[in-house]
Amino acid sequence: MDIDLMLKVYPFFLEAAWVTILLSVLTALIGLTCGALGAAARLSRFALLRFVGAAYVSLFRGTPALIQLFILYFGGPQIGIQLDAFEAGVIGLGINAGAYMTETIRGAIISIDKGQREAARTLGLSAWQAVYRIILPQAARLMVRPLGVNLNMLIKATALVAAISVIELTYTAQRYIGSTYKPFEMFLLAGILYMIIIYVTGRGVAWLDRKVQIN
Amino acid sequence: MNDQKNFVEIRHAQKSYGSLEVLKDISLTVERGQIVAIIGPSGSGKSTLLRAINDLDPLTGGEIFLDGVQVNKTLPHRQYEKHINEMRQQIGMVFQHFNLFPHMTARENVTMAPKMLKGLSKEQADALAEEQLEKVGMLDRIDYYPSRLSGGQKQRVAIARALAMKPKLMLFDEATSALDPELVDEVNMVMKKLAEEHMTMIIVTHEMDFAAAVCDRVLFMDQGVVVEEGPPEVVFRNPTKDRTKEFLRKHLAGAK
Repeated sequence: MDIDLMLKVYPFFLEAAWVTILLSVLTALIGLTCGALGAAARLSRFALLRFVGAAYVSLFRGTPALIQLFILYFGGPQIGIQLDAFEAGVIGLGINAGAYMTETIRGAIISIDKGQREAARTLGLSAWQAVYRIILPQAARLMVRPLGVNLNMLIKATALVAAISVIELTYTAQRYIGSTYKPFEMFLLAGILYMIIIYVTGRGVAWLDRKVQIN
Repeated sequence: MNDQKNFVEIRHAQKSYGSLEVLKDISLTVERGQIVAIIGPSGSGKSTLLRAINDLDPLTGGEIFLDGVQVNKTLPHRQYEKHINEMRQQIGMVFQHFNLFPHMTARENVTMAPKMLKGLSKEQADALAEEQLEKVGMLDRIDYYPSRLSGGQKQRVAIARALAMKPKLMLFDEATSALDPELVDEVNMVMKKLAEEHMTMIIVTHEMDFAAAVCDRVLFMDQGVVVEEGPPEVVFRNPTKDRTKEFLRKHLAGAK
């Protein structure tokens, strides 16, 4: 194993890791937004919204994320959607992650005992007041860990955007293989950096989970 | 309103789930300050009737009035929501499983709704929490989360939470059924205290002794109808209907 080479190219990989982190953060933000909207739709009292929510989830969980990215990036221009690779990557992965997060958020909300809503409504709170004052604060605490799993998955999924030539960690590894012919070292280096990102994120999630628990 | 005789009035209450009829044409009036116990076997519709009074389980037919105002009005969705939220502020409810908010302390459980719906200041809310928790003997646990309270303590905080809205009527849905036997008394004491203050109460219960001691009237329900009603000494000592006799025999025997 060529450790010297790894140390030499390491700064370039580090730069690429920042792109991966940026991709992950933006994807997570879009994912959370889509997930919150998706969950609201799936729990709506309007059948049409429930259908839209369910269709969103089954469509984006039922097809490979790579195909979704290809449709958006390569197929987009044909239907008038012109995005650069980074934009397509973030939007595509974000919508995909949102489908998984929809189910996470919905699951946490429906796991709150129905007596909680009843107690709130009985005191005179409106449906919406009961949701944001009673249901959501409890559901949010239950969501932290499963959303952490979603986050873990989406960080790893950012590797897919190498296929539409976003210059992130995986793409960078491939590029250096072209000039060094050392795939073992290059992919290993990328893997180590992914692991660091995921380890730190995981610790962050665990910390947040402890922090939000009741007393 | 001045109609004290018909403080709570239920007219021809009817409820079905598909072809299953759980309430069959029930009419009932409760005077202001009266305490009414509803007893009966499980599945008799007693909880459903209680939960219909604040529209938690809406009726499919009939009307419910509180102090001259119809609770279950037919209105467009938004107007109905506004109406029912106002009505529910006047009707306190206590549940079998307490349903305290676990993310709030006893104080916050009590003050959340008055703060939100009546715009109480922090000082007013704190004074209210102290007053109500004192009443149920829970002042020393005011800043405890529900997870650190026993069942009986939780239920007493839940009663304080309902009382904090200054309701005209209190509904108790098997308030002591989920409690360990040794914790039942502390909750019954609080309910007795409310009775002494002439709070109007409708109590669904399995505790015949408590019903006999505290209530002005007892209703025996079975299969969606009121089989027999009257003062406790009559319903418990000299029931006239066979179904009541059978239920009481089983129940009183089972309790001993």
